[in-house]
Amino acid sequence: MADKAWLIPLLPALSFFVILFFGKKLPKGGSESGILAVGTSFVLAVIVAAQWISQGEIVDQHLTWWTNGKVHITIGQHVDGLTAMMFVVVTFVSLMVHIYSTGYMHGDVRFTYFFAALSLFTSSMLFMVLADNLLQLMIGWELVGLCSFMLIGHWFEEKNNSSAALKAFFTTKFGDVGLMLGTITLFFAAGQTFHIETINRLALDHGISHGLLLAGALLLFLGVMGKSAQFPLHIWLPDAMAGPTPVSALIHAATMVVAGVYLVARAYGVFWEGFSIGHGGLNWMAFIAGITMIIAAALAFVQDDIKRVLAYSTVSQLGYMVAALSVGAWTAGVFHLFTHAFFKGLLFLGSGSVIHAVHSNNMSEMGGLKKYMPTTYWTFVIATLALAAVFPFAGFWSKDEIILGAVKNGYPYIVVLGLIGAFMTAAYMGRCVFLTFHGEYRGHGHPHESPRSMTVPLVLMAIPSALIGLINMPGVEKFTDWVRFEVPGLRTPFEIPEHKFNPGLALLSLAIAVAGLLVAAMVFYWKNAPAKGAWTRVPAFRALNTFLVEKYYLDHIFVGGVVGSIKGPIARAAYWVNQNVIDGVVNAVGVGTKAVGRFTYDVIDQKGVDGVVNGIGIGASETGGVLRLVQSGRVQQYALMLFAAVGLLGLALILFT
Amino acid sequence: MPITQYLLLSAFLFCTGIYGVLARRNGVLVLMSIELMLNAVNINLVAFSARLSDAAGQVFALFVIAIAAAEVGVGLAIVLLIYRNRVAVNLDEIDLMKG
Repeated sequence: MADKAWLIPLLPALSFFVILFFGKKLPKGGSESGILAVGTSFVLAVIVAAQWISQGEIVDQHLTWWTNGKVHITIGQHVDGLTAMMFVVVTFVSLMVHIYSTGYMHGDVRFTYFFAALSLFTSSMLFMVLADNLLQLMIGWELVGLCSFMLIGHWFEEKNNSSAALKAFFTTKFGDVGLMLGTITLFFAAGQTFHIETINRLALDHGISHGLLLAGALLLFLGVMGKSAQFPLHIWLPDAMAGPTPVSALIHAATMVVAGVYLVARAYGVFWEGFSIGHGGLNWMAFIAGITMIIAAALAFVQDDIKRVLAYSTVSQLGYMVAALSVGAWTAGVFHLFTHAFFKGLLFLGSGSVIHAVHSNNMSEMGGLKKYMPTTYWTFVIATLALAAVFPFAGFWSKDEIILGAVKNGYPYIVVLGLIGAFMTAAYMGRCVFLTFHGEYRGHGHPHESPRSMTVPLVLMAIPSALIGLINMPGVEKFTDWVRFEVPGLRTPFEIPEHKFNPGLALLSLAIAVAGLLVAAMVFYWKNAPAKGAWTRVPAFRALNTFLVEKYYLDHIFVGGVVGSIKGPIARAAYWVNQNVIDGVVNAVGVGTKAVGRFTYDVIDQKGVDGVVNGIGIGASETGGVLRLVQSGRVQQYALMLFAAVGLLGLALILFT
Repeated sequence: MPITQYLLLSAFLFCTGIYGVLARRNGVLVLMSIELMLNAVNINLVAFSARLSDAAGQVFALFVIAIAAAEVGVGLAIVLLIYRNRVAVNLDEIDLMKG
C-alpha cells in the first residue's frame, strides 16, 4: 500500500476539479465531494501509517519527469514515518475542518469556491509531504502558499482582508527567495540532484563542504522563517486571521505553517551539519526560535481579537518546534508538531464556534459563554490545557521533551526561554478562556450553541488533544519508534540514544504551567483577588501594554523606519546635497559647456556636420527620386524584374563557371 | 525514355507560366499561370526522382501540390476581395502601393 501513497494527494486534487466544474450543480454545493475525497485520503493515510508501523520499510520511488543532459528532473514519493505522520495529521485535521465548514460557511456567497480551495490546499500540502526531492517540495510549498492567499482573502470585498492576503503572500514570498536559492545551492553542492535523501546522506557523510552546507541551510531557513512565521517574518500570520476561521484552523495553525518545520525535519542532515547543531552553544536557528517563542507569547497577552491570541500562540509554538530541531531534539520537535496540530486546530475551531455565536471576534464582546455553549467550552478547555502543557494532556509530553532535549544537548538558554514561554503560554491561554467563557456576557443578542456539524468535529478533535501525548509517555514511547529520521545505511548522529523522562524537570514545567494559569485567574477571573485589574491599573503594565499592542512597533519599523526614513531625513539630506553640491558642479559644467557649445555650433555643426548631413540628404532624396520610378505599384512589373534578375543570374552562372 | 523530354516539357510549361504572369491582366489568370509554373517544377522533381530512384523528389512534389492548393486558396480570396471593392480584377489598375 505504501507504494500507492501518491493516491492520497491525488484524491483531493480530483475533488478540486470536480468542485470547480460541477460544484454548483451538486446538491451540497461541492462540500460532499471534498469530504468524500479527504475522508478516503484519511483512511488511506491510516493504512499507510499502519503498514509503516508493522513493516517499517522506507518507500522511495520516482519517475523521470524530464531530462536535460545528465540532469534528471524527477517526481516521486518518499514514505517514511515522518511522511506517514504528516499524512495522518493533515488528512485528519482537513477532514474535521471540511465537516466543520459545512456548518460555519453555511450560506456563504462563495461556499463552493471555498471548498474547491480547501481541496486544492489539502492536495498541495499532501503533495509537498510526499515529495522525495526539493523541487517537488517547492512546488507543493508554493501551491499551499497560493491557497493560503486565496483563502485569507476569501472575503476580499473588504480592503483589510485583501491587504492581509497580500501581506501574507509577499512576506512568505520574501522567504521563498531563500528557499529557492537554497535549493539551487544544494542542487549543485550535491552533484546536480534534488533528491533529499541523497542530500542528507552527503551532508551527514561530509560529502559536501561545510561552507556550502551553511549557505544552503541559511537560505533554506529563510524560507522556513517566512512559512513558519519565525521572527521577524512572523508579521503576516496574525493578519492572516482575516480569513474564515476554519481556514485559520487548517492552514494557519495545524498544517501549512508547519511546512517550514517539516522542511527542517525532512532535510535535517543539511541543518544538522550546516548549523553544527551537535556542538551545542549558539546557532542561528536556535537564536531565531528563542526570540520567536518569547515575543509572540508576549504579544498574545494583549490581543482583544480571540483569533489573534491564537495566532500569536501559533507563532510561539512554531518557535518551540524550530527550537527543538535547532537543539537536535528531532523527535521532540516533530512530536510537538504532531500534538500541536490537534489542539491548536481545536482551539481555532472552538474560537470559530464562539465567533459564530456572538458575531464578533473581540473578547471584549464575549464573556460568560460557558453556560450557553457547553460543548464548545469543554473542548476549548481541553485544548487550552493541552497547549498550556498540563499533565496529562498532549502538549505536556511534547513540550517536556523539547526542554529535556535542550538540557541534554547543552542549550541552556533554550531551556530558560522555553520555561518562560511555558509560563506565558499558560497565562495568556488562561486569560483567553476567562475572558471568553467566564464572567458576564458583554455582547449583544443571544449566543447559542453551534450546530452539530460544528460541535462533532470539536469533540473528535478534543479526543486526540487530550490523549495523543500518551503514545510517547515514558514506558510507551511509541512515537519515537515510529517517527524517526533515517537515511538507509547511515548511522544518524542525532538519534537520541536514551530518551529518559526526567520527573524533576516535568514537575517543574507542570508547576510553571499551573502558575501561569493561576496568575491569569488572579488578574482576570477571581473577583476579589488583589491583582484583579492590575494589568490596566499599574502604569508600568500600561506602558508595557501599549508597547505590546503596537507589536513592538515592528510594523512601524518596517513601514516608518525603512520607508519613512527614506521619505524623511534621508530625502532631505539628499535634497541639500542636490541643491548645493551637485547643482554647483552642474552649473559650472553648464557655463563651460555653453562656451564650448557655441563654438561647436557655429563652426563644427553649422558648417561641417550640416554640410555632410545635407549632402547625404540631398543625395538620398535624388536617388530616391530615381528609384521611385521603379516602385510602380504594379505586381507584374515587380515580377518582370524578378524574372529578369533570375535570368541574368542564371546567365552569369553559365558564363562564369 | 531520356530525361530531356521531361525537362523540355517542364521548361515549356514554366515559360508559359512566366508569360502568363507577366502579360496577363486578369488576376485569376495570373494565379493560374503561377500554378503552371509550380507544376513545371513538379514535373522536374518527379522526373529526377524516377531517374535517381529516390522517392524524396516525389514527396517534395506532394508537398508542392499541397502548398499550391493553400496558396491558390489565399490568392483567390484576395482576388475576390479586390473584385468586391473595384468590380474588376485587372492587375495593372491596382497600383495603390505606387511610390
